[in-house]
Amino acid sequence: MTSNSTSFRPTQKLLWAALCAVALAGCGSNVKLDDKNVPVESRTVSGADSNTSGAAQSQVTPVDLTKNGGAGVFAGTGKVVYFDFDSYTVRDDARPVIDANAKVLAANKTAKLAVEGHTDERGGREYNLSLGQKRAEAVVRALTLAGATDGQLEPTSFGKERPAVSGSDEAAYAKNRRVELVTR
Amino acid sequence: MSGVGASQVPIAVVGFRNEQAVPQPLSQIVRADLERSGLFRGVDAPGVLDETAQPAMADWRRRAADALVGGSVTRLADGRYDVRFKLWDVVKGTELGAQSTVVVAADLRLAAHRIADFIHEKLTGQKGVFSTRIAYVTRMGKRYTLNIADADGEGGQIALNSAEPIISPAWSPDGRELAYVSFETQKAVVYVQEVASGKRRAVANFRGSNSAPAWSPDGQTLAVTLSRDGGSQIYLMGRNGDNVRRLTQSIGIDTEPVFSPDGRSIYFVSDRSGGPQVYRIPAAGGAAERITFAGSYNISPTISPDGRTLAYVSRESNAFRLYVQDLTGGTPMSVSDTSDDESPSFAPNSRSIIYASRAQGRDVLLTTSLDGKIKSRLVSSMADVREPVWGPYGR
Repeated sequence: MTSNSTSFRPTQKLLWAALCAVALAGCGSNVKLDDKNVPVESRTVSGADSNTSGAAQSQVTPVDLTKNGGAGVFAGTGKVVYFDFDSYTVRDDARPVIDANAKVLAANKTAKLAVEGHTDERGGREYNLSLGQKRAEAVVRALTLAGATDGQLEPTSFGKERPAVSGSDEAAYAKNRRVELVTR
Repeated sequence: MSGVGASQVPIAVVGFRNEQAVPQPLSQIVRADLERSGLFRGVDAPGVLDETAQPAMADWRRRAADALVGGSVTRLADGRYDVRFKLWDVVKGTELGAQSTVVVAADLRLAAHRIADFIHEKLTGQKGVFSTRIAYVTRMGKRYTLNIADADGEGGQIALNSAEPIISPAWSPDGRELAYVSFETQKAVVYVQEVASGKRRAVANFRGSNSAPAWSPDGQTLAVTLSRDGGSQIYLMGRNGDNVRRLTQSIGIDTEPVFSPDGRSIYFVSDRSGGPQVYRIPAAGGAAERITFAGSYNISPTISPDGRTLAYVSRESNAFRLYVQDLTGGTPMSVSDTSDDESPSFAPNSRSIIYASRAQGRDVLLTTSLDGKIKSRLVSSMADVREPVWGPYGR
């Protein structure tokens, strides 16, 4: 017996039937059944009045946020932009990432992205927090120039606090100087 | 500990009567404090000596001690401890002072530190800082804590435990609150937390990053770095985050504000001339004046409480080194021999600086005298330790 079942158990069915019978029997109806022919009204259930021709009025279209690892409308767009040392200039090689995300943002006005700036591990924490913020703001500027709206984006920074890779060589530094676009 | 002071006072700190029976080794804490200051040299002092004794000065002179300390600790009926000590001048054969204090078990270390402060001031004329506290951040894997410990690095307690980074702690001038930056909401937000109760409030959570909190000397105003109007600029606000007004106006990065001890100026870092340098601006607003000129990258300024000295970190090729500079004029002086220094902070008596650095692949906390000659390494743990800040007098 599943607890999810919405059907009554056999004994309950009997009970319910019995109750109904009693109720009906006790019903001394004073309303006469009209014995004239009552025209059967024809009601169009679907099609004629609805906007989408042929669509059921009960239709529900699901939106699956878990598809594509939660990326939703941003599925398939690159998410990282890299920077040169001590620089917050968006390089040409970031163009595909900028354009792809700007396109999605322009087409989906309620979509939002957090734009998170990072630095490599060299230098002071607060100064690097500010440098990461400048990188994030440069990416926000590039995105709005390419069609996104400012209100869809929040530039933030982790400075050097959240490296993508560990290591104290140039290869690691290059992978940590970045901005990440994160769906919110 | 390394470095030798010009003339260290040889002092014998004898075991206190009954200290074996209490949770803290009082005389050892006193001796370690005095030796760590670099101004005292501990003389071999076996046995036990209590404050009511009549010590044989000839014996102590033979041991080449100039000063002698003894004491006792007694557990009272209510569970508290009566801590007593006496300080003798061995050369003159006189008593220099004696005190007794009653404390709960959790304050036994504090009682020992206060004894060391008394001795330090009596024998050197300088106020000691042994009973002050430090705050610092630890990182172990993906876990971060904000800790508060005694100035000797011992007795650490966790004030904040987080799965996200914590940076830039700052003591309120009365030592009752800590401001800090937490990334717990996936961005930099400034919080103020009451140390004793753990009660906290977010005081700066505007669009973008909110960071680098600094207290005015009267504890009523905070300077912070905000990116809400674009870039990183310095703003002032009330201690609860109210009455926000902008202080700096530049196209560069302005950050790391610190108030001067008289509250009238704010020192800060700006890269308006290319690389980051230390500047000073009136707290009431106005033109900024550049303070550092040597080197191309100078950050993390901090001012001694007596207003005389600026300490900061300077980058030279790949090394980050602690420098001090006399604010009345004088060339900057390097005071460390390590190359990964960060986050300097002055002791309240202006005589020492605590800072973070790296040694043997670990982040560690170090202290140095202003001339760089007396150094000590605070007890390091398994975790990386960083961002130390020295708390004020009085607890």
